[in-house]
Amino acid sequence: MNAGRRIKVVLAKPGLDGHDQGAKVVVRALMDAGFEVIYTGLRQTPEAIARIALEEDADVIALSSMAGSHLPICRKLKPLLEEAGLGDKLWIIGGNLPARDHDALRGLGFKGIFPSSSRLEDIVNYIRTQAP
Amino acid sequence: MKPKDLPARELRPVVNESGIEIKPLYSAADVAASGGESMIGLPGEYPFTRGIHSLMYRKQPWTMRQYTGFGNPADTNKRFHYLIANGQTGLNVAFDLPTQCGMDSDDPQAEGEVGRVGMAVDTLRDFEIAFEGVDLERITVSLTVNGAAAILIAMYLAMAEKRGYDLARLRGTAQNDILKEFIGRGTWVYPVEPSIRLVGDTIEYCATHAPKYSPVSVCGYHIRESGADPAQEMAYAFCIAKAYADEVIRRGLPVDEFAGRLSFNFNCFGSLLEQVAKFRAGRSLWAKIMKEHYGAAKPGSMWLRMIAGGGGGGLTFEQPELNIVRGAYYALICALAGTQTMALCCYDEAYTIPSEYAQRISLRTMQLLIEEMGLTDTVDPLGGSYYVETLTNQMRGRMEAIMAEVDAQGGIVKLVGEGAIQAKVSAQAYRRQRDIEAGSLRKVGVNCYRTEDKTPEMEFHPYREEDARAQVRSLDRVRAERDAGRVQSALARVRTDARSGTNLMPAIMDAIKAYASVGEITGVLVGVFGRYREPVRF
Repeated sequence: MNAGRRIKVVLAKPGLDGHDQGAKVVVRALMDAGFEVIYTGLRQTPEAIARIALEEDADVIALSSMAGSHLPICRKLKPLLEEAGLGDKLWIIGGNLPARDHDALRGLGFKGIFPSSSRLEDIVNYIRTQAP
Repeated sequence: MKPKDLPARELRPVVNESGIEIKPLYSAADVAASGGESMIGLPGEYPFTRGIHSLMYRKQPWTMRQYTGFGNPADTNKRFHYLIANGQTGLNVAFDLPTQCGMDSDDPQAEGEVGRVGMAVDTLRDFEIAFEGVDLERITVSLTVNGAAAILIAMYLAMAEKRGYDLARLRGTAQNDILKEFIGRGTWVYPVEPSIRLVGDTIEYCATHAPKYSPVSVCGYHIRESGADPAQEMAYAFCIAKAYADEVIRRGLPVDEFAGRLSFNFNCFGSLLEQVAKFRAGRSLWAKIMKEHYGAAKPGSMWLRMIAGGGGGGLTFEQPELNIVRGAYYALICALAGTQTMALCCYDEAYTIPSEYAQRISLRTMQLLIEEMGLTDTVDPLGGSYYVETLTNQMRGRMEAIMAEVDAQGGIVKLVGEGAIQAKVSAQAYRRQRDIEAGSLRKVGVNCYRTEDKTPEMEFHPYREEDARAQVRSLDRVRAERDAGRVQSALARVRTDARSGTNLMPAIMDAIKAYASVGEITGVLVGVFGRYREPVRF
């Protein structure tokens, strides 16, 4: 990343899942870590997430998914992010993500996977070291 | 110095989550200093601190109502019958997210979510299937739905009526608490004001047409899950309940004609006796609000009738088998607190939709308290404990202070509309998470007593794409078979009544009976009311 510019994270709640306690906790942790954070709010479509990430010139695209629809959502989002030229950004996802789905998520380009019980400092450190 | 010689002032201070300092020992002097015994009374008598009924569980144990629903209505119907066969005495229906957000199963936004976290429902046909063979007089049904509540209540009443039940005698509950949905849980549809109007419409309609039905269950539960402390949980719930009561009273309905059917839903995780005191304090505070603020005369109007349990926020992903033990303590809290209905989160719920096995363990946990532990033998067994009575007085004081603060800041509707409550509780959730990670807030298996040993294999609930396709085919079939003209005129009436401010329930009932879908009715209402825009505030 460019020197002097803060890491910019777009954190989105995709789909209809309304569990936002964890997402908001992570937003606060990222803000405290000095990152610039755009939180989208609930019910974002893959199209909206790609658009916001592009408009905001995000370094990191982070999803929070608690209600089990992470795979269909990431399958739809991957080509949209690539078309928007965001393929070189850091894509991460957190939430209720069974271990058996982690390989599939990695295959869809989500390099950072933070299932329930992940520590905030691990998320922060991962972004700090991996953001483009 | 030996520990027994340690002077009390050198002990590590203990402050409970609600901000009350806990002494190492309590006596009658503490009860007196905290406000005395004037709010204790007897169970079944004002202010109902000790219970809303005189004999409580000696007459009838709490209702057991595990939260259940997934896939298609036929799948869910099978699980309902499994739970009833295992001794469950009520049903608590989980709907999938498209249904909860007012979308049909063929809505593009529903893709991948149909039947995933609850049962998919599109039309009255789905309710006919879901409740087939369930005796609706013996088994009361609770519908966990909020943004789409008016539509689903209408669907339940229409289904019951079609099966020959007398609505004047039909019991049951809908969650239908939209204000807390803006704070946490998030299945809102319309902006704040029309959302409150719809809650008012359901209360007003049920007061006349289904007077035994509880159209609202005001939830401190999810506010607690979102980061509120136990005193805030109850105080914010009461502020919200007052907002609904004010909406209905404004329309001219006397308080005693609807307040008896207001019900509540509270959480139970956290320190054991703080929770028990919370419920006892809440019971007397709600009675006082109803009697003194609203001038209610009927005792039933003053009763804090509640479902208590869940405890999801206290359960852990680590060492999930410990959640079975936590669940047993949570059930104990709820029994000691005198709840009317109990439900427990299952040990596998941090991972998946609960398996039949996990559901049975939760059900048996509650049954153990009744059958083996003597929890139904006597009413309010902790009544008179110096500590519990002192804490009950102090918790009530905290709740009153929080309610006064909300009023001073412009009221709960304004604060929720601005996102202020959301920001406050989410800041607290963040502090809590920091405290857990720092180890100052102890969580067994998380920041102490960790183990590298393998945890038992979880049985993941299967999600079948084919079920979603079947649900869409079933919706297509209903659309092809129904009287399209009747649907159109019913939807036109929904639109007219939404615009004019007429109570929407009769029009929604007509539309439901014509097999209009959840998404079609919601679409008409969104056309008039617009959609909620979430305030993002940190």
